Amino acid sequence: MDPTAKYISQKISRTRWRPVPAGLLQQPEVFAAGSWDNESNRVSIWSLGDNDSDTDGEFDEEPRLLCDSEHDGDVMDLQALSLAHVWERAHRYSCDNAPCTAVVCRSPELVSVGEDGRVILYKADQTEVVRVIENADSSTIHAVTFLRTTEVLTVNSIGQLKMWDFRQQSDSPAQILSLTGDRVPLHCVDKHPNQQHIVATGGQDGMLCIWDVRQGNTPFSLIEAHSAEMWEVHFHPSNPNHLFTCSEDGSLLHWETTSGSDMSTLLQRGWNSRVVSHSGVPLAGEDDSVVSSWLAGDSSKNRLEATHMLPSQTLSVNSLDVLEQCLVCGTDGEAVYVHRQLPV
Amino acid sequence: MEEVDVEPSPMLIPSAGFHQRHLGFEWGPGDLLVYETNYKLQGPRSAGSPLVHVVRKDEDICSPILRKLFNESHLIFVGLQKIKEDVVEVHSVEVSILLAIELIWNLCEVLFIDAAPAGSLLLHLLDWVRLHKSDVDARAREVLQSESPAQHQSYWDVISLVLQGRMDEARQVLSKQASLRAESSSVFKRMDVLLQTMPIFNPTGTQTLTEFDVKWRHWHEECDRCLQDNTFASNRHLETIVKILVGDEDTILEQKELLSTWYHFLVTRLLFTHPTIKPPDLHYYAQSSMNMFLGPRAPPEPLDIILLSAFEFDLHQVIKDCSIALNNWWFVAHLTDLLDHCKLLQSHNLHFGSNLREFLVLEYASGLFTHHSLWQLAVDYFDHCPEFGRVYLELQIERIPLDTERKAIKVLRICEDRQMSEQVRSICKIMAKRALRNNRLGSALSWSIRAKDAAFATLISERFLQDYCNKGSFTDLDLLDNLGPAMLLSDRLTFLGKYREFHRLYGENRFSEAAKLLLSLMTAKIAPRGLWMTLLTDALPLLEQKEVKTRTTHALHSHFTVVKKLVETMYICLQNFKHLSCTIAV
Repeated sequence: MDPTAKYISQKISRTRWRPVPAGLLQQPEVFAAGSWDNESNRVSIWSLGDNDSDTDGEFDEEPRLLCDSEHDGDVMDLQALSLAHVWERAHRYSCDNAPCTAVVCRSPELVSVGEDGRVILYKADQTEVVRVIENADSSTIHAVTFLRTTEVLTVNSIGQLKMWDFRQQSDSPAQILSLTGDRVPLHCVDKHPNQQHIVATGGQDGMLCIWDVRQGNTPFSLIEAHSAEMWEVHFHPSNPNHLFTCSEDGSLLHWETTSGSDMSTLLQRGWNSRVVSHSGVPLAGEDDSVVSSWLAGDSSKNRLEATHMLPSQTLSVNSLDVLEQCLVCGTDGEAVYVHRQLPV
Repeated sequence: MEEVDVEPSPMLIPSAGFHQRHLGFEWGPGDLLVYETNYKLQGPRSAGSPLVHVVRKDEDICSPILRKLFNESHLIFVGLQKIKEDVVEVHSVEVSILLAIELIWNLCEVLFIDAAPAGSLLLHLLDWVRLHKSDVDARAREVLQSESPAQHQSYWDVISLVLQGRMDEARQVLSKQASLRAESSSVFKRMDVLLQTMPIFNPTGTQTLTEFDVKWRHWHEECDRCLQDNTFASNRHLETIVKILVGDEDTILEQKELLSTWYHFLVTRLLFTHPTIKPPDLHYYAQSSMNMFLGPRAPPEPLDIILLSAFEFDLHQVIKDCSIALNNWWFVAHLTDLLDHCKLLQSHNLHFGSNLREFLVLEYASGLFTHHSLWQLAVDYFDHCPEFGRVYLELQIERIPLDTERKAIKVLRICEDRQMSEQVRSICKIMAKRALRNNRLGSALSWSIRAKDAAFATLISERFLQDYCNKGSFTDLDLLDNLGPAMLLSDRLTFLGKYREFHRLYGENRFSEAAKLLLSLMTAKIAPRGLWMTLLTDALPLLEQKEVKTRTTHALHSHFTVVKKLVETMYICLQNFKHLSCTIAV
């Protein structure tokens, strides 16, 4: 089933589902989208309407705008919270404001990172920041994620992953991991929902790397996922055998293991694969690639298959979010795509 | 210079040009800058307005509704360029507010792209009119669904169905009347037969045009006979209908309100007088229809002129008229591109070398580039202009304001994909300089690595070394300790990395390795002159260390060799240094 597209007259930098209360087997219906590169940017909330489908089982609903509000500067990241607050000038240079590049929250705590190389910890109900790690990084920090309640992992533009423990007083990272070889900037990071030591990152060259933060400082798997910067990588929160990536090259890939073993054991065996152009609709001008995955001896059993989720080549897909069976993504072509029947 | 077709309309600029002040102007990429000025170069200084006015020609580009149009048409444009076969599928763009554009576009499809021959031409034109006058359906449905259709006040608007050639539906409506009154049922039956037997040309059938013509004339004569016999004299509405069927132009003209446009009148007229119209004859009827409908004195609207040019099959005139009438290059650029793909445009070399299609697409794309957000769409358009597209892109892409790193990354990706190394280097340099100014040395270095800019990498290394000399220790150790192969970008950077490694080895008490490294740094001549004294000072403690570290004869021997070499090199360095100092003193 093809995703429904809606053109919203603004380039979308981030889309996020509103979290559904756990326990209720509901599909998410409301999502937020943030714009960028406009003279006046907006954060807008959209609703997908009723869940009832017509007799064909098709969802015809286009997203409807519920409300929106103005936002100063580009919207770089969105997270759902129950309170609202503004921390001014949290990220800054000596004489100017610095762009904040990412925000992550695990209520009630929030962590933000920016181009000024700072890691800042906030509490949702306090106006003062709780802690600032100055000079956490000499280059821009692009993304951050919580590993444990007091630990965060950041990725920066010289290709390093750094682990920070807020229980420690010192301002230096607990651990630094990086690829040997070229220092390619990393743009996104996500951790496995059940196993906190498995982390996926995406880089400027479109490589998807899977790391085990407990051992060594080189990644387990390196997968040539995209031909341009990978903007977001997400494990599916309830079914971690599925991974989603989106990129500047205009594609959104859905990765799933096709064998009996799950993603984590597959990755632990240090599996490598090339991406598969595996979609129902062939892209104009592209040849079909051959599925090739090599895992010593077990090539027939363990495979990672990738499927293109968007019907045609679009401009850069900047953001994606998955929840239950629904996927939402936003592109530079000013379109939001919603897919409500993910095969997960 | 050619003469202007239409008088340009003046535009008032508020708060400028009063009190007989002169206005100066300067062209921008999509705007015009206007300012007040003294015409004379020198003269008495008088209070003038300090304002510079930006006059933007194209307001449409800011409309949110049109942005959807631009984005959707961009997708279609890119898709069209990739189609290689001769048969081009016509993509119709649905526009809700620009009905005129849709009208013109559809007409161009019918006349130029489908290029229907006689016979089907009229059928296509009928479809075109029906598409653009769809309220007829709604009204007919309203009448049919009412309680007593025959008494409905708009009942006799059934004529509009006849005018559009929709005989079956007209018959359906008329049957409501027929069932009501028994005495006139025979008259209605007669009308029903006439409507039912009207011949319609079937392009896919076996019937030739001549056969159809003969049949049609028979039917026409039948209608005429009914008129002469006053068969329908009892009911004036039916009388009107039969007059229309006969093709009486005055009667058709009386239905002005139902027709509402002259091109509807044209098509109806052709339907009932010349259904086998050939394309070359179209324009004669078009001109006369317009005159008859609008009256001799009414000035034609721009839309009418455009449609008339289309009926005359003058493609270039259509494009020219559209360019004048419409604010934005969007329509002409896409239309011309589509026609070019159908090979309908003769290559028309313009004065500045490129052909018409490329010229229009370039104009459109340049306009997009001035928009703060739509510049990304413009890139694809430039890609598909073979002659000048690349040059335009190279000039424009460097002028995009870069507020965040993410935007810079996207712009760089565009340049790298097209091997525009000049632009890559310049953008990376801008970002690196900005990072350096904000003291983000790691960022600056990562930008230099991306651009493979050795000179800037040297600059950054100098900055690090300066910091070291001032503070006595290195900053940003996480960067220096993890340079990796990027170290080889410039000599200075290599030195920096190795020097930091030396310090690290020393801190870990691995003195022999440290010594070897220091030695290689000195002999390889990549050390900057200003640091030689520092290096020599660093070497001193190593010379003492040999006492502490001696354990085996082998170690001693190797140490001794190293130390010996160190001393020799020190001597050479000192000599050079002395030479330097002498030259300076002199």
